[in-house]
Amino acid sequence: MQRTHAELRRFITNNFLYGRDCGFRDDESFLEMGIIDSTGLLELINFLEKRYRIRVEDADLIPENLDSIDQLCRFVERKVENHCPTMASSILETQAI
Amino acid sequence: MQVEEFLERSADVYPDKVALVCGSRRLTYGEIEIAANQLARALIARGVERWDRVVIYASNSVETVFAIFAVLKARGIFVLVNPTTKQDKLAYILNNCGAAALITTGSLIRTAAASAAAAPYLRAAIVANPIGHLDISEIPGKEVVSLGAAVEGQSAERVRQKNIDIDLAALIYTSGSTGQAKGVMLTHYNIVSAATSITTYLENAPDDVILNVLPLSFDYGLYQLLMAFKIGGTLVLEQSFTYRRTILNTLAHEHVTGFPMVPTIASILLQMDLASYSFPDLRYITNTAAALPVTHIRKLREAFPNVKIFSMYGLTECKRVSYLPPDQLDIRPESVGRGMPNEEVYVVDELGNRVGPDIVGELVIRGANVMKGYWGLPEETAKVLRPGPFPDEKVLYSGDLFRTDDEGYLYFIGRKDDMIKTRGEKVSPREVENVLYSHPKVGEAAVIGIPDEVLGNAICAFVSPKPGEVVSEMELRGFCAEHLEDFMVPQMVQLRPTLPKSANGKIAKRELRIEVEVPEEVA
Repeated sequence: MQRTHAELRRFITNNFLYGRDCGFRDDESFLEMGIIDSTGLLELINFLEKRYRIRVEDADLIPENLDSIDQLCRFVERKVENHCPTMASSILETQAI
Repeated sequence: MQVEEFLERSADVYPDKVALVCGSRRLTYGEIEIAANQLARALIARGVERWDRVVIYASNSVETVFAIFAVLKARGIFVLVNPTTKQDKLAYILNNCGAAALITTGSLIRTAAASAAAAPYLRAAIVANPIGHLDISEIPGKEVVSLGAAVEGQSAERVRQKNIDIDLAALIYTSGSTGQAKGVMLTHYNIVSAATSITTYLENAPDDVILNVLPLSFDYGLYQLLMAFKIGGTLVLEQSFTYRRTILNTLAHEHVTGFPMVPTIASILLQMDLASYSFPDLRYITNTAAALPVTHIRKLREAFPNVKIFSMYGLTECKRVSYLPPDQLDIRPESVGRGMPNEEVYVVDELGNRVGPDIVGELVIRGANVMKGYWGLPEETAKVLRPGPFPDEKVLYSGDLFRTDDEGYLYFIGRKDDMIKTRGEKVSPREVENVLYSHPKVGEAAVIGIPDEVLGNAICAFVSPKPGEVVSEMELRGFCAEHLEDFMVPQMVQLRPTLPKSANGKIAKRELRIEVEVPEEVA
């Protein structure tokens, strides 16, 4: 859980804030902060699918799933559990490449 | 006719009709009219006079809509600025147009306050949705007030004094080839003419519901608001296209009939499985900013079988240039069509003579929609507004190379300069290079656009550090993000020990372009 949090935060910071963590809260909305737009969202989905071996469906593309670190974290864990319950912990605990 | 009458006439005819849907808010024409009248009076009370420029620095919101019409009602000139604009550029715009007042929102107050402090002409700032009891009184020498406090006690009556239609209504800042943004001057007559032509060919009617996901600071987004109000329709205003599924749900729930997009939106939309959706109310889709790839057109037609698709082309300097009637889309999918009603467009050679079919030349536009020039830049203006057929008439030289077919339909060939079109917006490489050169470790920088399936063009910067300096791609992209609007930040920064030069010592962008466009295994 904590590892996923940290990993997602690092991805957001590196890709959308150019490595400068402005100290945003884990429950702060990306949309309201203005840091992710439609093309940014595609990059994020691409990362989630590769890193966590999940498939992000059209139906998943709503702010409730993706608009903050906390929401992302819950979404990833739910997806991984549903997709591959036996592997879930190993997927989430593996170091990101 | 004046632009604020788009709202006023609809408020007279349909006072109780929903004019604007934005998030959870649904506002009628009557409500918007009252809010705009009160804000207009609040601006006048703060010293805004006829022809004063008022900068609106805000994202898409109901308050931004109030502000646009309020400035016009106060006989001012509105200047909408993209909310991702950073401090230096906002200060530049405030000073360039000599803004008398600034309307902004709580979430943008830090940047707004810092810029406003450096704008001597600015007298007042009005802040919508302030966050708590914020530091709005902190701008030295300026009167700062919340929107709520500003309109309190103001009459809801319309302001009596009116402009005439040759008065300026708006300045729209656009990226200039010199690297400095230029304010496109548009009169009421320009805007009314363009909006009339466009709503004519789109056959807009009061039962139209238009969905706008584009920023109001982008003229294509702004016109969705203006046209919806002109026809007495309804505008569904969204912040962005980021959550595409939510947008598609809105499209269905709100019974949207018109959906304007740019190729980036089309490209993202077509990555979705659209078969599970149904949009029985959708009547038309428009595309502009850059031509849609033919494959996109085909897929859009499959996904939206009963929807008219309008391929269009335009410039901020005249709003819209051309549109392709939907019945021509299968016949000539690569064309962006012909001139709008009440507008003439033609292709000329280097000497300004009209050329026939299949000869590439510069596109020229004649019409009441053509701007008055660039604010405070007579020389830049003279380069693009040149004598037309009648005494004192000026026609617009677009800087875009086109050819026509035998029937006069237009085909875009390329730009005369090296301006980059990305996400539908125009970006001057110079503007990005200027920012890179201001970084203490950068020795040389060159910026080019490279084709990208989603963005149209991606912005690619080549940088060589000063001798002995080390700098990273991320550091430079971060630096750009601190100084440029989001759409101007390079997607790629490539670091090189030196940049290639042409015989006269200038950076050879052509070589850089070949380098990135040819895949490595082939090169």
